[in-house]
Amino acid sequence: MKPMFSPRLILGVFLAVLAVAPLVLSSFYVTLLNYIGLYALVALGLVLLTGVGGLTSFGQAAFVGLGAYTTAVLTTATELPGWLAWAGGSPWLALVVGLVFTAVVALVLGSLTLRLSGHYLPLGTIAWGISLYFLFGTLDTLGGHTGLTGVPPITVFGFELDRGEELFYLIWLFLLAAMLTTQNLLDSREGRAIRALKGGMVMAEAMGVNTARSRMIIFVIAALHACASGWLYAHLQRFVNPTPFGLHIGIEYLFMAVVGGAGQVWGALVGAGVITIAKQWLQDVLPRIFGQSGNFEVIFFGLMMVIVLQRARDGLWPLLARLVPVRATRRELDAAAEALPRKPLPAKGEVILEAKEVTRRFGGLVANNNMSLSVRAGEILALIGPNGAGKSTMFNQISGVDTPTSGEVLFLGRAVAGRDSREIARMGMSRTFQHVKLLPTMTVLENVAIGAHLRGDKGVLSSAWRLDRNEEARLLNEAARQIERVGLAEHMFDAAGSLALGQQRILEIARALAADPCLLLLDEPAAGLRFKEKQALAELLKKLRGEGIGILLVEHDMDFVMGLVDRVVVMEFGEKIAEGLPEDVQRNPAVLEAYLGGVE
Amino acid sequence: MDFQIALLLGQDGITNGAIYALLALALVLVFAVTRVIFIPQGEFVSYGALTLVMIQAGAIPATVWLLLGAGLLAAALDVRLALRAGQPGRLVRLVGWYVAYPLVLVALLYTLPVKDFPMIAQILFALAVVVPMGPLMYRLIYQPIAAAPVLVLLIVSVAVHVAMVGLGLLFFGAEGSRTPPFSDARFEMGPVMVSGQTIWVVVSSLVLIVALYQFFERTLYGKALRATAINRVGARLMGISPALAGRLTFFLAALIGALSGVLIAPITTIYYDTGFLIGLKGFVAAIVGGLGSYPLAAAGALLVGLLEAFSSFWASAHKEVIVFTLIIPVLLWRSLRGRHVEEEE
Repeated sequence: MKPMFSPRLILGVFLAVLAVAPLVLSSFYVTLLNYIGLYALVALGLVLLTGVGGLTSFGQAAFVGLGAYTTAVLTTATELPGWLAWAGGSPWLALVVGLVFTAVVALVLGSLTLRLSGHYLPLGTIAWGISLYFLFGTLDTLGGHTGLTGVPPITVFGFELDRGEELFYLIWLFLLAAMLTTQNLLDSREGRAIRALKGGMVMAEAMGVNTARSRMIIFVIAALHACASGWLYAHLQRFVNPTPFGLHIGIEYLFMAVVGGAGQVWGALVGAGVITIAKQWLQDVLPRIFGQSGNFEVIFFGLMMVIVLQRARDGLWPLLARLVPVRATRRELDAAAEALPRKPLPAKGEVILEAKEVTRRFGGLVANNNMSLSVRAGEILALIGPNGAGKSTMFNQISGVDTPTSGEVLFLGRAVAGRDSREIARMGMSRTFQHVKLLPTMTVLENVAIGAHLRGDKGVLSSAWRLDRNEEARLLNEAARQIERVGLAEHMFDAAGSLALGQQRILEIARALAADPCLLLLDEPAAGLRFKEKQALAELLKKLRGEGIGILLVEHDMDFVMGLVDRVVVMEFGEKIAEGLPEDVQRNPAVLEAYLGGVE
Repeated sequence: MDFQIALLLGQDGITNGAIYALLALALVLVFAVTRVIFIPQGEFVSYGALTLVMIQAGAIPATVWLLLGAGLLAAALDVRLALRAGQPGRLVRLVGWYVAYPLVLVALLYTLPVKDFPMIAQILFALAVVVPMGPLMYRLIYQPIAAAPVLVLLIVSVAVHVAMVGLGLLFFGAEGSRTPPFSDARFEMGPVMVSGQTIWVVVSSLVLIVALYQFFERTLYGKALRATAINRVGARLMGISPALAGRLTFFLAALIGALSGVLIAPITTIYYDTGFLIGLKGFVAAIVGGLGSYPLAAAGALLVGLLEAFSSFWASAHKEVIVFTLIIPVLLWRSLRGRHVEEEE
């Protein structure tokens, strides 16, 4: 067996190497490392945006430009307008102003594009990247194409960082802090919401996650990282001009994130390193080969990207990580964490869900006609019917995904129609999906913890700086409790995608329970389960009923339904044809005819 | 500004708008059929125009070597597949299209006095070199990842664009060029003089749009592409090969791009990287149509053309800023007509 190193040891070695680097390396290499650090900071934002969140931006260079130009203007201008005079002359104040300014710009751009489907954001960033670049070049106050010179060095406690070897420490401090906080953020309540953006938005919304907000958060964070990098860049170069903030550089930043491995924090560093060093080398070699000057390295970068995305879409970092044997750390659950508070359940027997004469038409087709049903606390109601009877449409009316043409659905006395999934989740209705919706690369524990999203309130900043650990332990404990309850304890730390389909359905139930609901909507929970698993599921549902939760299930499996539920509603052709106790419904001639055909 | 200048600017705007309309149509088509956001569309404009310039200068256009290289690569891939599938019969056709065709082109360009041919023949040669790069590009770059998410396809598109700009610099150099106009005729239309080239551009665009319309309405292949655009899986189940649909789409996109380049080369100086900005303006137009509607995209193209022409009069330094900032109100408008949260493809 290969010797395994602890992650702490490897990180320690890495930091030690960094600390001595500027003392032993020639200034050429220190400069190179400075640029790698600056670029990695921008690429890190793109890791969050692209690799984790499934969004992308080609305009990050323009955000770098905002940071750089803000500090250049504020620290060199001899006459600032009165309202800005307080920020003049100090690089640190300029950083604050730049970050605020960038955040505002990102918020405006984000609110324009983030609600549209994913490809509008990158197209928008291409357009605004170009606009801003031309603007940098044409505004006289920004020095036009020649730019601004005489940017002062940054001072720390009266000490001037005017050499690359000195600024090196500040650059890498910024980068490491950004990497640490990003990693912390991803491993938190907000982080799970962010990781659900890629392929799990509908599910996340049903669990109460505001996905539009999560998208905005990562877009703004990525912009702020870029802005900080620009600020450092301006004080490293001591002058700014528009060239490094053009669209082609924005594209290069994205290449760094993708080549390094857009899914991982360390991918940003690897990507920035590879591209920066390769660029240095190619810019040296290619013009000599081709016998003319020009940016020919882009040919190689472009082709490299195509090959990476065709062959190794996760980038270089996973390939590198395999070479270094790092001991896997499994997260520890804190059994002592205080249980999360629970909402009081309605009294048993109280009607919690009521559908009144719900009709839903799609053009000429009447999918639901005059459907009424009610669910009480502490009761299991089954909605059954042959294929095409309109069960799923009814389910959508009840869960608020769709709005009835006429009639209404009341949950705890309040109308469901017109509320989004998040609000409905907050009211205490929790659901599973007919086609399982989970995040296959995340562990079972993390998937279930998304269900408890609304039971925590720690935000981005507390997550980034680990001020959320108490709440996080409680959330994870709650998730673990629900996992044990549904019988998946042995799979707690497995990737959710590795479970069998039946187990994935059970996982969805655990996730729904983690939300502390008073009404569970289960869409065909027994499909794909084996006999024993069905028995276990039935036991679980009986236990939940005993606790006072109301359960509505849409099901095909008659054996499962008949032994379990209190009442049955049978649908055919969009209408209710029978309602009552399971035994009565089973003898009802209309039901027999619907299921078995008429008796000749 | 007086009426005369306004008319002149309007004429400029309509000429450019016609080109943007063509490009916008190609972008909408490519996106609908393959889900690829086709950033390299603009490179076909530069490649078409500058290949014509090289032919007219009596040089062998460097793009023909790119065609040959890409053809060899595609041949290597497909010959291996054909052999593995036990279909040696396909070899002749594969090698014929991928390798023999570019070689024949090279031979013709070397032996014939193309420099002295009439312009129409030179244009046909330029198209013969540049247009087949479209389907080849689909085969080599997009077909292996046809099922990837839109985002990945977009990043690949940007990568291809970047590589093509680099190659363009290598092939054509940093100098810009123009070609002689198709005709020197000038027509008096009321108070303004309309140049023959303007009429060529507008009429050719209209003819091409009508031809495309007929293609999509009347021919089997056109209908196959429309079916693929509406429902990829359904079309596939009906026997429409997604690879064929992809190549056909890219053929059309390359044709439209290269033809646009040939049409505007007499009006604007074309540099190796000019196509990108032209293509992006086509994008702004396509986004006006939500990347889905052809008529709205065409209307957007006219809007972009006119906005560009008039802003170059009033604020020429900020011309590009104004045109690309147009995208913001458009996105705002689209965003306000927002919908439910949906999963990204």
